[in-house]
Amino acid sequence: MVNQSNKVLNKDITKLVNQTYQYGFSTIIEKDIIKKGLNEKTIHLISQKKKETKFLLNFRLKAYKKWKQMPEPEWAYLKFPQLNYQDVIYYSAPKSQKKLKDLSQVDPELLRTFEKLGISLTEQKRLANVAVDIVFDSVSIGTTFQEELNKHGVIFSSISEAVDEYPELIEKYLGSVVPIGDNYFSALNSAVFTDGSFCYIPQDTVCPLDLSTYFRINDQKSGQFERTLIISEKNSQVNYLEGCTAPQYDTNQLHAAVVELIALENANIKYSTVQNWYSGNEFGKGGVYNFVTKRGLCSGLNSKILWTQIETGSSITWKYPSCLMLGDNSQGEFYSVALTNNYQQADTGTKMIHIGKNTRSRIISKGISAGKSKNSYRGLVNITNKALGARNYSQCDSLLIGNLSNANTFPFLSVQNSTTKIEHEASTSKIGEEQIFYFLQRGICLEKAVELMISGFCRDIFTKLPLEFAAEADKLLTLKLEGSVG
Amino acid sequence: MILNSPLLEIKNLQVSINNNKILQDLNLVINKGEIHAIMGPNGSGKSTFSKILAGHPAYSVLSGDIIFKGSSILNLDPEERSHLGIFLAFQYPIEIPGVSNEDFLRLAYNSKQKFYNKPEVDPLEFLTIISEKLELVKMSSLFLSRNVNEGFSGGEKKRNEILQMILLDSELSILDETDSGLDIDALKIISNGINNFMNPTKSIILITHYQRLLEYINPTYVHVMQNGKIIKTGCAELAKELENKGYEWL
Repeated sequence: MVNQSNKVLNKDITKLVNQTYQYGFSTIIEKDIIKKGLNEKTIHLISQKKKETKFLLNFRLKAYKKWKQMPEPEWAYLKFPQLNYQDVIYYSAPKSQKKLKDLSQVDPELLRTFEKLGISLTEQKRLANVAVDIVFDSVSIGTTFQEELNKHGVIFSSISEAVDEYPELIEKYLGSVVPIGDNYFSALNSAVFTDGSFCYIPQDTVCPLDLSTYFRINDQKSGQFERTLIISEKNSQVNYLEGCTAPQYDTNQLHAAVVELIALENANIKYSTVQNWYSGNEFGKGGVYNFVTKRGLCSGLNSKILWTQIETGSSITWKYPSCLMLGDNSQGEFYSVALTNNYQQADTGTKMIHIGKNTRSRIISKGISAGKSKNSYRGLVNITNKALGARNYSQCDSLLIGNLSNANTFPFLSVQNSTTKIEHEASTSKIGEEQIFYFLQRGICLEKAVELMISGFCRDIFTKLPLEFAAEADKLLTLKLEGSVG
Repeated sequence: MILNSPLLEIKNLQVSINNNKILQDLNLVINKGEIHAIMGPNGSGKSTFSKILAGHPAYSVLSGDIIFKGSSILNLDPEERSHLGIFLAFQYPIEIPGVSNEDFLRLAYNSKQKFYNKPEVDPLEFLTIISEKLELVKMSSLFLSRNVNEGFSGGEKKRNEILQMILLDSELSILDETDSGLDIDALKIISNGINNFMNPTKSIILITHYQRLLEYINPTYVHVMQNGKIIKTGCAELAKELENKGYEWL
């Protein structure tokens, strides 16, 4: 009895989830490309093209050497064919002769692309109080409101510019939170990263605008390896938003980013991501492989780092935004919604490393799996012997839609002192046919029913998002699930 | 619709699931103002029957017809049947985590308003409407902010069903074992709710195992269902007889 009725409902669920991807177009634009493949020569070439200092070239070469010796990690609950790293283009940039002075010099075709994506580099963003840096394939194509931010001493630029203009900051902090050889993908990124965003918030400053980066992979064969570095000095505060999309190709694209956050004494960094890379078609063909290392260092007294992520895209997501709580009384928080559909696979979670005294961390993770997807939470709470009085609260909830999806929770706890308080809660629920029938019987249509259940499930996370993101996230989730429930 | 025509008419209904026949040659006529009790041993098809009336997608109707207010509803979706006035109080009301009872009730109410081209009500107006109904089933307003049926006691769940029935003001209400799992006080509250709700324009189908409920609610007819068929129909007295003798003698 159960089988047949589920069949009927699953068909409708599938209809609801399988909304087509609206950012799947690609832009034809003249590009400057380094031939595919990776060896020391590629790295020299990248470094040359970017006119980099000796420091960075050495940084890259060291990373490349480490990477070559490392095996690809296999511990994640993900299945994908062996990647051919020699078949990837490591540098692809829109062709432009000279450094751009302002946005009017940007290729109009590029600007149109971003208009299509709903991102305008112009005045609109000012009204929304957001400064934007945009990364297209390998390079940053424009950062808005730099002057205004400069007045407050805030530096917000592409990482390439920062390398030129603030080498002492780069040399001090690059690789200080995620060391070169931290893991396979971060080593790869350290060797070949081409651009990304850089923010520096000076002491006693509340950043007057929300800062935002928009990442776009355009090229079919190119990987995107961006590097983000955010430094928040003593008593400063910043809100950072990140959005991502990619065109629809039937081949897989590689994305391996590294994000490093440094919050000094009393500093407060809030980092929010809405990840909507192309996730492949309904048969699991194509989509972005997303291997990202994100880590924040709470280095001083009362430092605070908060990660929020809405993960809806990519065919594979491998991502664990983490907090290293070194300073006493520092705090790390992680709020996540990961939604997978069709054949998507996500292995995502966080690491909370407590070193300072009275450090506190909080993890709220919500996984939604539909279709034939696999969605895993993987988390580590490590309380070291020095972290006296440390506290952690974790909550991991999974929501299954249909009968063929898969949800897993892998929480790891390591506690090395007895003055610690740890709480862990987990739940698994299902949007089942009987729940939907209950809504229908009360005259509530399918779409409304699913929307209500999803937003109810994610409410704790949405309240943590910046306002303009929250509305977007709600819409995005419903859109992504359209056709999957019934 | 012809005046005095039955509210519900079931003609030679045959239903199967996974090629198993679960209802056969079922005939039933229900007029406005009537209460029909359906009794019968476990597994006789009573709950199935209630889901079929509400349009559960798992069941396929092989032949026969269900006529509601003069026209066939066989091809209507569950939500359309609901809007037309069919309400099913579930035997096991479903828990819906993360969705507040208040939002759920308002959405259900507004869906019906919309269907009939009536203005949808805002949360404040709705609060006035629902507060009045809460009174009828003796529920505190605190329960509006709780999630739908989540952590409700058995009695609270059943009261919530009756509350929804009153709110949606359905014409044909099917109450599937609404009395099971209730203590005497809750049974009285629920029976009172049902009796106050009942009027000459409405009909109720009561599915029950026990004569107990029928002491509070007086049925017009009592039917006995066995193997997906109605094998005996009588008046209220039949229920008492069944209570004494069981189903074996039939």
